[in-house]
Amino acid sequence: MTRFPKFITSIGYAGIVLVQSVGYFPSVFLRSDGRRDLFRQLYATGIRTLPVVTVVSIFMGMILALQVGLELARFNQENYLGAAVMLTLLREMAAFCCGICMAACVGSAIAAEIGTMKVNDEIDALRIMGIPPVRFLAAPRILALLLMSPVVAFYCCIMGTIGGGIVGATQLNVDFGQFMSSALWMAADKDLFVGIAKAAVFGVLVGDVSFCEGMGASLGATGVGKATQRAVIVSFLAILISGYMISRAFY
Amino acid sequence: MGEKVIEFVDVVKRFEGRAVLDGLSFAVERGEVFTVLGPSGTGKSVTLKHIVGLEEPDSGEVRVADARVGYLFQSGALIAWKTVWENVALPLVETTRLPDAEIERRVASALEAVGLSDAADRYPAELSGGMQKRAGLARAIVRDAEIVLYDEPTSGLDPVTSAVIERLIVDLNRSRGVTSVVVTHDLAMAARTSSRIMLIKDGKSVACLPPDEFMRCGKREVAEFVGAAKGEET
Repeated sequence: MTRFPKFITSIGYAGIVLVQSVGYFPSVFLRSDGRRDLFRQLYATGIRTLPVVTVVSIFMGMILALQVGLELARFNQENYLGAAVMLTLLREMAAFCCGICMAACVGSAIAAEIGTMKVNDEIDALRIMGIPPVRFLAAPRILALLLMSPVVAFYCCIMGTIGGGIVGATQLNVDFGQFMSSALWMAADKDLFVGIAKAAVFGVLVGDVSFCEGMGASLGATGVGKATQRAVIVSFLAILISGYMISRAFY
Repeated sequence: MGEKVIEFVDVVKRFEGRAVLDGLSFAVERGEVFTVLGPSGTGKSVTLKHIVGLEEPDSGEVRVADARVGYLFQSGALIAWKTVWENVALPLVETTRLPDAEIERRVASALEAVGLSDAADRYPAELSGGMQKRAGLARAIVRDAEIVLYDEPTSGLDPVTSAVIERLIVDLNRSRGVTSVVVTHDLAMAARTSSRIMLIKDGKSVACLPPDEFMRCGKREVAEFVGAAKGEET
């Protein structure tokens, strides 16, 4: 009985935070303090996730190439391996991989940081000083994820394609150059833009959900742990659901 | 009777059905150091949160004069990724349009008042507990606060650092005319610094008296608290 209203309330709160954050985006650029916070968040979102994103996307490309390549080989269609890998990455997997990495690396850190601030009274301190927590904490984080997620997704796509090309060349007798030319031949502008837009939506959702879960933390370290766990789970669900809806809208 | 800057009228606040404040009434006058005493869990911090509007009463009324209010949290509540200087400057940078030179002057003055000028470039994690509280106090007064609320200002501190914080509370009251509301369970500090002491028990005010009268008060709850506090000291 109480779960349903709480679920609705949480979605409503996340929506309000998102709208308010978007309203505060200009102030992030205008204030020197905001710009400094934004650069700090861009670094945390982009540069610090690169090692994980690199490994995950290379292996994802390798798995894709192996599974698809084995099937294509049965019909002597290995020439299309590059196209199949590129299309899958551009349309779905690069954005998905980026979103999952963002949720695991960045979202969990945001929820833990905000949750710790909440239980240590730092959020209350901001309110008493007249500083809206959404402007000070949520806006730079969500903006950084909005700006950086498409870049990271594009990087995922490149690394995944390289991974697929390596598997094609070493295990499926597909020349690396042929793999790449097939991949680039099939890549369409629409796939690129939808993939990048999807990554941007995933980034915003991860930032919004993680901030809201952090703000809901209570009862000390245990509460922060639970908030972090919830942030990752809810982010994953939000990525899957919104990913399907965007795909359905464009394809 | 001086001008009332804070007034609680029959305030009731419940959390999950349990009344933390149960008809609490008191008033704080301008320029006094008003101490709220009581055992843990009796609603002392909740009382402070009502003053700054972080909590709303279920019934009753909280009246606060139109004044700049500073709040010293038990933990200091400093922002971890900002230096002491940036933390103290935060309310000025974020909520005013003061020129940089004026912000610098005010921050330097606040840090000097709490004796932290040398630690301006350090991060909260590099400070001791006492230094974090002093930095929190500098942030609380940097906007020329007329009322400062202290939540357990000396808890977890060694006697020397406690004495420093205690002296700061008195100095701010005397030199800047700051009205102070101190929440603590440290009776000795309350007796030395306060204009009046209020004892809360079960969400109600049991006694609200000047320190010397409070220490001699014949009420059973007060005598028990004073006796227990003196027992802890020895």
